[in-house]
Amino acid sequence: MAPSKEELERRRIVGVELERVSNVTSTDFPGHYPGEDHSWDLNDFKKRFKIDIHRANDLHYEFDLIGVDASVANAFRRILISEVPTLAIETVFVHNNTSIVQDEVLAQRLGLVPLRGDKKGFQQLRWRKKSPDEPTAEATDFNTVVMTLKVACTRNHATPATETDPSKLYFNSSVYARDLKFAPQGRQSSWFSGAGEIRPVNPDILLAKLRPGQEIDLEIHCVLGIGQDHAKFSPVATASYRLLPSIKIKQPITGGDAQKFVNCFPKGVAEIQKDKKTGEDTAVVVNPRKDTVSREVLRHDEFKGKVELGRIRDHFIFSIESTGMYNSDELFLQAVQILKKKCTDFQEKLMEC
Amino acid sequence: MADHDETLPDAPEYATSNVEISDDDEPLDLSRENNAKIIMLGSATDDDSCASFQFENEDHTLGNALRWIIMKNPQVEFCGYSIPHPSETKMNMRIQTYGEITAKDALIKGLADLRDLCDVVTDKFVTERERFMSEKGRQS
Repeated sequence: MAPSKEELERRRIVGVELERVSNVTSTDFPGHYPGEDHSWDLNDFKKRFKIDIHRANDLHYEFDLIGVDASVANAFRRILISEVPTLAIETVFVHNNTSIVQDEVLAQRLGLVPLRGDKKGFQQLRWRKKSPDEPTAEATDFNTVVMTLKVACTRNHATPATETDPSKLYFNSSVYARDLKFAPQGRQSSWFSGAGEIRPVNPDILLAKLRPGQEIDLEIHCVLGIGQDHAKFSPVATASYRLLPSIKIKQPITGGDAQKFVNCFPKGVAEIQKDKKTGEDTAVVVNPRKDTVSREVLRHDEFKGKVELGRIRDHFIFSIESTGMYNSDELFLQAVQILKKKCTDFQEKLMEC
Repeated sequence: MADHDETLPDAPEYATSNVEISDDDEPLDLSRENNAKIIMLGSATDDDSCASFQFENEDHTLGNALRWIIMKNPQVEFCGYSIPHPSETKMNMRIQTYGEITAKDALIKGLADLRDLCDVVTDKFVTERERFMSEKGRQS
């Protein structure tokens, strides 16, 4: 027995009431509703699953994931934040540092600088194991990228005596991320050449300030890592989703109330239209996507019983902002591949035993 | 307390000398490396319809997604997961079936289904991205 249209609609919506939420947990499991199947069906999933892209910049993707359970959407989000490998500065060898920034503070700042380079080159790189017993613990061109930072500050004698701006008075008064120089080892010179050279994503990050006589001279080793180990390895600035809001008007809201209703929502969510039959000003919902679900409308007595707020259970508005090593769309595809690899690996191990 | 002072050891040689270049031209394909670790904890029934599994180095990411897809199997009576201790990177999963299949089979099917799901997501995303880009190109 197939459920009615109203019943399906009811199940699709997570209710947002004034002081509570309702209909929160997923119920699409076999045995939950008598006479309904709900077992996993790949073809059915293929039909129902939809992706709808809204914004596609290299560093910011926004798309809708429709027809998946929260557990799956959440797995993708978690993998994006903490399990997609990236390159970051891990070890700093300080040959000389006479700046006022202490060695460990400088090293910490350096670690957080996002790096980029040839994407095909990154595929050549391998993990570097931390344990000294592991054969891959030793640095090779396959697992370590070397950079140098060598800056000394000197006085600029050409400036007039009245000058007070340090950037004109001295050379190299500020050390920026752009001063990091890539020192290719072995085959890295062919993997990361020309425009694909390893460099900071943003050259204008301020690392330290210097005054005449002070200098910084560092050798820096970068390795692959994941966000689970340290946030500097996380490839995303944010990876998040929200459920699409739903606003249902149960009884017509007309006249002066209509304007009040529109004012309860952010701009563009609702508007006033002339009713075709009565010619009266009536409030209609035009774009629930823009709503923040602030529940302001539920605070007013005149709308009691006339409006229902909620969110659509399986409609995820996914947003990925990359830090720059990979583009956002590549990151999402990598995250899906990582989840797939987990499945294949465990399946393989289970088959063995 | 001067007796307790220790001089810091020098950095290991590999850190300061030039890294050595291996002659092997083929990169080690570590992406195919399988470090997954799973053990079956004691089963309570003789027919293997109930079992607990311990996944190492896994958390809610795989745990919740796998629980959802295993619960989608009509032959499974119960499936749940837990992370027994926050500072141990272990995830336990309990599966009980109605007896038609073993718990291990249910887990293998769940992993296979989740893999299929990933393939569908990848395909849809790639086609949708192409469509979006070509539409954007036509507009500009």
